[in-house]
Amino acid sequence: MSTTVAGSHSHEASSHGHSESFISTYIFSKDHKIIGIQFLFSTLLWFLVGGLLALAVRMQVAWPWAEIPILGKLLFAAEGGQMSPEFYTMLFTMHASVMIFFVIIPILAGAFGNYLIPLMIGADDMAFPTLNMLSYWFMWPAFILMGMSFFAEGGSASSGWTAYPPLSVISESAPGSGSAQDLWLLGLIFVGISSMMGSVNYMTTIIQMRAPGMTMFRLPLTIWAMFITAVLQAFALPVLTAALFMQLLDRNFATGFFIPDGLIVNNIDPAPGGGHPLLWQHLFWFYSHPAVYIMILPAMGMVSDIISCFARKPIFGYKPMVYSICGIAGLGFIVWGHHMFVSGMNPALGMSFMVATMMIALPSAVKVFNWLGTIWGGQIHYTTAMLFALSFVSMFIIGGLSGIFMAATPVDIFIHDTYFIVAHFHYVLFAGTAMGVFGAIYFWFPKMFGRLMNEPLGKLHFLLTFLFLNGTFFPMHILGAVGFPRRLADPYHYETFRHLQPLNEFMTYCAIGMVAAQIIFAVNFIGSMFFGRPAGRNPWNANGLEWTAPSPPGHGNFDFQPVVYRGPYEYGSPEVDSDYYLQTQPPPETKEEAVV
Amino acid sequence: MGRFWCLLFFSVIVMAVVTFVLGPVYDHWLPEDISRDGHTIDHLFLFILALTSIVFLGTQFCLFVFMWKYDAAKNAKPVEYTHGSHTLEVIWTIIPTGILLFIALYQMNAWADSKMRRPDVAPLLEVTARQFEWRLRYPGPDGEIGTQDDIHTVNDLHIPVNEDILFSLKSMDVLHSFFLPNLRVKQDAVPGMKQWVWFRALEEGEYDLVCAELCGWGHYKMKGRITVESRAQFDKWLEEQYLAQEATQDPALAASEN
Ligand SMILES: [Cu+2]
Ligand SMILES: [Cu+2]
Repeated sequence: MSTTVAGSHSHEASSHGHSESFISTYIFSKDHKIIGIQFLFSTLLWFLVGGLLALAVRMQVAWPWAEIPILGKLLFAAEGGQMSPEFYTMLFTMHASVMIFFVIIPILAGAFGNYLIPLMIGADDMAFPTLNMLSYWFMWPAFILMGMSFFAEGGSASSGWTAYPPLSVISESAPGSGSAQDLWLLGLIFVGISSMMGSVNYMTTIIQMRAPGMTMFRLPLTIWAMFITAVLQAFALPVLTAALFMQLLDRNFATGFFIPDGLIVNNIDPAPGGGHPLLWQHLFWFYSHPAVYIMILPAMGMVSDIISCFARKPIFGYKPMVYSICGIAGLGFIVWGHHMFVSGMNPALGMSFMVATMMIALPSAVKVFNWLGTIWGGQIHYTTAMLFALSFVSMFIIGGLSGIFMAATPVDIFIHDTYFIVAHFHYVLFAGTAMGVFGAIYFWFPKMFGRLMNEPLGKLHFLLTFLFLNGTFFPMHILGAVGFPRRLADPYHYETFRHLQPLNEFMTYCAIGMVAAQIIFAVNFIGSMFFGRPAGRNPWNANGLEWTAPSPPGHGNFDFQPVVYRGPYEYGSPEVDSDYYLQTQPPPETKEEAVV
Repeated sequence: MGRFWCLLFFSVIVMAVVTFVLGPVYDHWLPEDISRDGHTIDHLFLFILALTSIVFLGTQFCLFVFMWKYDAAKNAKPVEYTHGSHTLEVIWTIIPTGILLFIALYQMNAWADSKMRRPDVAPLLEVTARQFEWRLRYPGPDGEIGTQDDIHTVNDLHIPVNEDILFSLKSMDVLHSFFLPNLRVKQDAVPGMKQWVWFRALEEGEYDLVCAELCGWGHYKMKGRITVESRAQFDKWLEEQYLAQEATQDPALAASEN
């Protein structure tokens, strides 16, 4: 039975609420809602940075060594306005690092996790508000370190977001392996600390602070996903942190964890090693494969809530949905080796990773079927949030299916490190997660700011993003089929790939369109904060607890003690006349009965 | 407007089909395969493509139909108040499990052939990757690799056609990856490790040797060529290389390179 400690904070909140200064209310706030919004603003700004980096990558792939308009002269005076190959390696390294560690992970867990968890479980705040505040402010050292790495001597980190040694460790092997790589490593360590603080907080809050009646199986799928994500973080992060420290030591104290003996780099014999490059790959992917699920599960949860709400129908197969989240998380820990099929790892071991990887497609498939089951027989309202959520399903089908190609070891021999994998993870992370996040923003924006976002603008944003993202990412599949390798500053001097340049041009035009379409989003977002139509408590007639609180909720969230009578997906219930049935609404006949 | 969105989602199907039809037509597809075993990889690729296409078309089509049929603006029927179906869950768990297990088992042999069952022949050469070139070392007249009379070339890989080729792959500095698109061969070169690579080419010609693992700023230009030729031509080429090397190279220098 779920117990609650709600109330223990609300007293504190009300006694402080009005006397607090601007700084403690909006800057060093301990309120989960403010922290969530801080995360949201920070990550959206980094989203812009990451997007521009991606555009620069696309420019070079479409028109290698072309003179860059405006910026070229400034950045590459020596090369006559052309991008240098070093710079290209920095671009894709930083694009991935920013998008993964500063956008996707913190926007899901940091922004939405923070904002939604207490509201959706009926708590007045997180279990540890100070820790929560710290989890945001520990992102700042990371932001600053990573920002400094852009301007470090020799340029930013340039050994890929995977930072494979020896390239990442031996300074002679890469220009950006100067201090930039150290800054990059330190930055990630701070991201890890922040995530860990968040993760502990989310787990405790979800276990301990649910409102009366909110059993585990009455939790919205968003909360289940956030919970499992927090568990994944807690178990996987220590390994990454250890690996990051080891690489830092390797770089600065020649510990040689990842460096074998007898290397000759740039005609220099670096310090003796005794380590092994594959050790890093194992440790790195032990975190970074679960991280793939950290980057998708919360989006899956939020999309489930949005789809059920706008189909006006209960989620199809709630428990299978929960079990598949758990299944993905469990299997997620034993599949990391699929990144290493051609790495030189024992091929027999590769085979067992292959079987586990094949099986992890199963829970994802179950989720897709259940989303389809949810809209079947519903009353679908095509709001912007719903369009983004449905596009998540459509796009995730593509991203999920293309994963099976890479899981098949013999096929992976050919498509490993080609654009096929680039297509795969952009379908999962951009077309999937980012579209899900857009949906979530349109859906919960009214709760966050008390005003609705503009629907026509939202739909235009959706339409353009949807079209351009497919134009950018779908052709990558057939590039991958040709074997077109990723991370090449100039792929066209290989005879095999020369004829692929026109298609790449087309993809770059689409990428420009995709980035431009986000201007509409920015205008809508900022404009609606001030001029949007007032939302009221429950603009979507949704069931969740968050919709019973004021918009935006004040300190302590609820102006009454929420008591939960049912799950969050009771749309179209025959028990009531309205087509929604708030979790807090007492059942008609048993009004006097207290909750069990 | 609802209809418009349904059609937009339908366009995903159109886009996918058109792309995967036009791709092969305009040569944006699996490059020519000149190897003996590459067809098993291609076959597996196409087999998975066929299976995933069925799932893709089925699910996307359901999505489209449901979106069309259950549009609140057109659909007057009350919603189906249901929380799911146990039978359906069982069905759509068991069927994909079967398919996925089948794919898993089906490919094992191809994997074993290309990475585990090393052919029982003498190694033809030794490949060492370094920033940003492929150093190739063939045995000299004594027939052994690692001796003074070894023949060295850079980025210029020659092999005889219709023979089992076996060679060792190493790296001097950072990770690289030895990728022959036309032979469906890829293997990372890992410093501190020696790997064996094998294949058999069935057609003569000149093809690309690609580095497929980021190895630094010059990664993009770490390009080699592989020439597949008859045994006679190969022997002749090797002999020429040997003579040219003898003529230009001071033996002391050659020794220091070992
Ligand atoms: Cu993975
Ligand atoms: Cu390379």
